[in-house]
Amino acid sequence: MTAMLSITNLHATVGDKPILKGLTLDVPAGEVHAIMGPNGAGKSTLGYVLTGRPGYEVTGGSATLDGQDLFALAPDERSAKGMFLSFQYPLEIPGVPALTFIRTALNAQRKARGEDEIAAPAFLKMAREKAAALKIDFEMLKRGLNVGFSGGEKKRMEIFQMAMLEPRFLILDETDSGLDIDALRIVSDGVNAMRSAERAMLVITHYQRLLDYIKPDRVHVLSGGKIVASGGPELAHQLEAEGYDKYVQVAA
Amino acid sequence: MVPMTLASAIATGDLAQLPSRRDEDWRWTDLRGLIRALPPASPQGRAWLWENPLSGQLDMTVGTVNGRGHTDLDVAAGDERFVGWRFMSATPGTSNQAELWVDVAAGAKLTLIESYEGRGAGYLTDVAVNIKIADGGSMERIIFAEDDAEGISVSTADVTLAPGASFAQTILTSGARRQRIETRVTHPGQGASVRLDGVYLLRDQRHADLTTVVTHGGLEGTTTQLTKGVVRDQARGVFQGRIVVERGADQTDARMGHHALILSDRAEVDAKPELLIFADDVQCAHGNTIGALDESAIFYARQRGMPQAVARAMLTEAFVGEVVDRIEHEGARDVARAWVSAQLGTAT
Repeated sequence: MTAMLSITNLHATVGDKPILKGLTLDVPAGEVHAIMGPNGAGKSTLGYVLTGRPGYEVTGGSATLDGQDLFALAPDERSAKGMFLSFQYPLEIPGVPALTFIRTALNAQRKARGEDEIAAPAFLKMAREKAAALKIDFEMLKRGLNVGFSGGEKKRMEIFQMAMLEPRFLILDETDSGLDIDALRIVSDGVNAMRSAERAMLVITHYQRLLDYIKPDRVHVLSGGKIVASGGPELAHQLEAEGYDKYVQVAA
Repeated sequence: MVPMTLASAIATGDLAQLPSRRDEDWRWTDLRGLIRALPPASPQGRAWLWENPLSGQLDMTVGTVNGRGHTDLDVAAGDERFVGWRFMSATPGTSNQAELWVDVAAGAKLTLIESYEGRGAGYLTDVAVNIKIADGGSMERIIFAEDDAEGISVSTADVTLAPGASFAQTILTSGARRQRIETRVTHPGQGASVRLDGVYLLRDQRHADLTTVVTHGGLEGTTTQLTKGVVRDQARGVFQGRIVVERGADQTDARMGHHALILSDRAEVDAKPELLIFADDVQCAHGNTIGALDESAIFYARQRGMPQAVARAMLTEAFVGEVVDRIEHEGARDVARAWVSAQLGTAT
């Protein structure tokens, strides 16, 4: 059986510079996989390529979600199929309250899937519940999305959007950066609450710390644009102790 | 010298009276080069029904159809009025003029919803508005300019404030074949305050020119200005903002912002912010930006599921929303918001 997300021999460039150079990775439904690696290995590029950011050009290989070619779809179509990227640096959108933004996104996804729009009372009830679980002040959701928010608040808002949109495949790009220990716990609880047999996750991180909270089934080392090692959770601890030096050499 | 104006050209039938691009203040809104012959005067016209959601809330609505010379609007001391004034051009191929004199007495308050409505192609219209606000009086003027694509329309307001008076204005326009909405304010300082805002949303080959001149003649006056525009297709937006701080008008605080989004290669925006300062110890600033939508914000919205068109419309509406949010009258603000959505095609 094909994995939920299946990436085969993926090559991608950013501004004509090759970044991904033959990356192969399978993430089955129900599993959480971590991608670790040194700076510049292509970790964030992988997230952007899978979600279709303009400027990130696929030059070879394939990626499928539930057997469907991702690269044939526009970014919003991938989103409607269930792809979600939690940004390392979430954008500020002045003039668009967070609730408006999320409701517009949710209804656009539903429309793309041929579902009815969510009614306002049901949407607000859901927003109140999810916000409370993530300790987000509901008043914050009425202000411009992420405008004036701290780094930690923006990350929490990403997880809140994820909880509201209920995607099937989650990519967390350096979600731990900028978080203090309390915020890290809240965010991790939010992510763990979404673990299920029908969902899968790719957790991109430079440090092992996040993986104490979001326990991965598999850990992969990304270096020089490809996966150079894979293993169980113990691999993350080994990397923490030994660093990435030997993998950087392998890739070179 | 009497300045060349559309009004004097219509009154005299003399094309040479039209302002042309050789007049520095009209170089982006050339009328003499555009108008080959002055059309005959508009006949008496009848007002059409207004489907404005504010209709029920207004104390009074006056319709001026095809111009009819001079009308007065007086608000007595201590009174509070909410008035709609419609200037309508109803007959194609004709020209008309109208004048409105507004007098807001001491301590009185006026909210004026002014609309320019054009039906039928190829009219010429000139509206002159004269506004006087006495001590402690306040006026909020909201203009909805919905001219015909082939209309030529000029509106000029002269606003004189007494010390302690306040004047706030928001212009919302979709442009015309050629359109100029000019506001000249005599600002005495001494507790008087002025806000001059504008939104222009232009498509096809429409043109809109928002020109303001604020002259600070006294101590401690404040002026704040925010204009935002969105131009697409082959449309052209013009913003000219001049703030003059005369000798002795110390401690003036004047801030002007103009920001435009150009959504097509063939659209154009011309902007001329000017600060002329002859006093000491003043705070004056202007900011002017012209650009496109933020591509990373568009990708962010698309990643969350919004199709390209939805993401772009949402960001464009938010860009303009900052100006609309500054409208003080809640009912008018809601109508302005709906107007923006309708113009941008984001109304649900």
